[in-house]
Amino acid sequence: MQTQGCTGPRHVMAAPVPMPAARLPVLRIAPSKGWVALKLRELWEYRELLYFLVWRDVKVRYKQTALGAAWAIIQPFFTMVVFSLFFGQLAKIPSDGVPYPIFSYAALVPWMFFAHGMSQATSKLVGSADLVKKVYFPRLAIPIAAVLSGIVDFALAFLVLLGMMLYYSVIPTFNALWLPLLLLLAFTTSLGVGLWLSAMNVQYHDVQYTVPFLTQFWLFATPIAYPSSLLPEPWHTLYGLNPMVGVVEGFRWALLGTDTAPGPVIAFSACIALALLISGGFYFRRMEKTFADVV
Amino acid sequence: MGDIALRVEDLSKQYRIGSSREAYKTLRDTFTDVVVSSFRRAGKLLHGRSGRAPELGETFWALKDVSFEIKRGEVVGIIGYNGAGKSTLLKILSRITEPTEGYADIYGRVGSLLEVGTGFHPELTGRENLYLNGAILGMKRVEITRKFDEIVAFAEIERFIDTPVKHYSSGMYMRLAFAVAAHLEPEILLVDEVLAVGDARFQKKCLNKMQDVGQQGRTVLFVSHNMPAITRLCERAILLEGGRVLQDGPSHQVVSTYLNSQVGTMAVREWTDPAQAPGGELARLRSVRVRTEAGQITDVVDIRRPIGIDMEYDVLKGGYVLLPYFHFYNEAGILAFEASDHDPTWRRRPRPAGRWVSTAWIPGNLLSEGTLLIWPCLFTLDPVTVEISVRDAVAFQVVDSMDGDSARGDWGGPITSVMRPLLKWTTQCSVDGDPAVATMNAKAKL
Repeated sequence: MQTQGCTGPRHVMAAPVPMPAARLPVLRIAPSKGWVALKLRELWEYRELLYFLVWRDVKVRYKQTALGAAWAIIQPFFTMVVFSLFFGQLAKIPSDGVPYPIFSYAALVPWMFFAHGMSQATSKLVGSADLVKKVYFPRLAIPIAAVLSGIVDFALAFLVLLGMMLYYSVIPTFNALWLPLLLLLAFTTSLGVGLWLSAMNVQYHDVQYTVPFLTQFWLFATPIAYPSSLLPEPWHTLYGLNPMVGVVEGFRWALLGTDTAPGPVIAFSACIALALLISGGFYFRRMEKTFADVV
Repeated sequence: MGDIALRVEDLSKQYRIGSSREAYKTLRDTFTDVVVSSFRRAGKLLHGRSGRAPELGETFWALKDVSFEIKRGEVVGIIGYNGAGKSTLLKILSRITEPTEGYADIYGRVGSLLEVGTGFHPELTGRENLYLNGAILGMKRVEITRKFDEIVAFAEIERFIDTPVKHYSSGMYMRLAFAVAAHLEPEILLVDEVLAVGDARFQKKCLNKMQDVGQQGRTVLFVSHNMPAITRLCERAILLEGGRVLQDGPSHQVVSTYLNSQVGTMAVREWTDPAQAPGGELARLRSVRVRTEAGQITDVVDIRRPIGIDMEYDVLKGGYVLLPYFHFYNEAGILAFEASDHDPTWRRRPRPAGRWVSTAWIPGNLLSEGTLLIWPCLFTLDPVTVEISVRDAVAFQVVDSMDGDSARGDWGGPITSVMRPLLKWTTQCSVDGDPAVATMNAKAKL
């Protein structure tokens, strides 16, 4: 009983195999061990949820507070005022040839984005415990959304920066075209650190209390209140380890035309930031399976 | 093979003891653990004992070697006591937490509903929360937009859709939350005890919606403590106990096992040793049985079918007028009704010695859903003495299959009455006959 034109084995292979639910996706739920894949494709599939999480953060922040959107401006603006008084007026710290207020404010705008993103990313995961325990979605969405939601604050503070530039008659250079890349570097660094800290914060809830301390320390390790030109050479190069140096100096260079063009060091900074992001991502994914049980 | 929706193989989940979750540690705890245990270890080494310090904290299996298969379109109830592993099972299947051992294969898109209103924010309006919650439950934005009006209408909150939900009543809040969830369209739906939502009328609406889901060929896994809902919605049920599958089968059987272990419903009770049987010199009780018309002993009875209660007894001394008697109590301890032997053949006549069986028939469509406990007695009438009296001798479970032809009709919510007779109803309309009403109607139309 040989079918025409078909040899035995080929016939077997061609026979219609009853595929269990061939059209439907098959998902296997099994214990994972050690390091797991980032599953970026799945994260992409959940981009709408990411959008809604960012949107919720922004909406709630501006709805809940009396001053609403003003908070986005008040924080960097008053920090600038304080810096200008103490560092600019009293300590007479040099400011690369531009007025000290705009010198510090141009640095505070990306800094606030970075610092806010880092602290939000750290605390949001524990803060979203009810979500994590009740619904499945790629947990990476939480810290990513936390950092992304800072974009709105950044945009508002940036508008004030433009206003100040007008006031001080500072004309931005064409280098301003580099700003999106500089912002991306700030975002990468913020998320990279945020991923590490948020995953650790689930295991050890006191991690989030160390964030303000870390932020403050990092603030002074970044040339925000002072120009990096104050530092002697060996330290200057070590600065490359801190990606925020490149971001802050880049902002001043692009907008205010200071002589702080990011050199080859910024490539090194970008590598550091990327390394933080990737390692943070893998660490986060590794710890992820315990989140719902521990948080 | 091709119609499997879900296959679970030896699924197990281990937790640390103390709570159902692993407690988070502080850095200090870890630090002390590390320092203390290394000192201990060092101390042991010094004392000539080697090896590790005993593990801190024991573990337990919230789920152990659970295996089952669910076919496409099946609606399966998961029942069991608190801590039996029901929620852990749903959490693993919805990928919230990972199993420790074993695996599950899922064919199709899974929607899980472990809680309604997850991610709701009080400051946001109903509309905003609807979109947010929809996205969290895995709906696409276009899908939500397409179903928006339907969801709002289902929740009955049209007027308040742009009000922040913090101003909602708890009923409105839950209605909106459930409405979003009820409009999920995954191939497999996992639902955890969410029917205790809103008022009775809305519960019925949700139950109907869930039945629709089953009829559309969708697979549903449904955890509940509401046994009437389980028998109504599910054909099959899985009983978990201590993290293992105790029984897997037709829901009325599994529900009865569960209820038996819970309230001790027993359809039959026999006393094989006459000397130990309840009673005295006059008569002794030999057995009490709950049975169907066909004579089958059962502890789960369809609400529409008659139920026979047999009382089998030996009359040891003849010549007395005897009165077999039943008391029927519900779960709440309310005496639903009493009944005495009415058979005209033996009414007011002395009964000779021998083996007797008296059967009381409860008509169908009289009782309410739930458990009924039976307290049989045997009296003599002149003088009145109690010869036999056994509290809660047997019990049975009345279930409504929700086909719509019981006294429940199309009502899906709870019915709390002790009895639920199927009455004859007639309804008439005489509006057109009344000239005054007719004019009123005519005016209203204008």
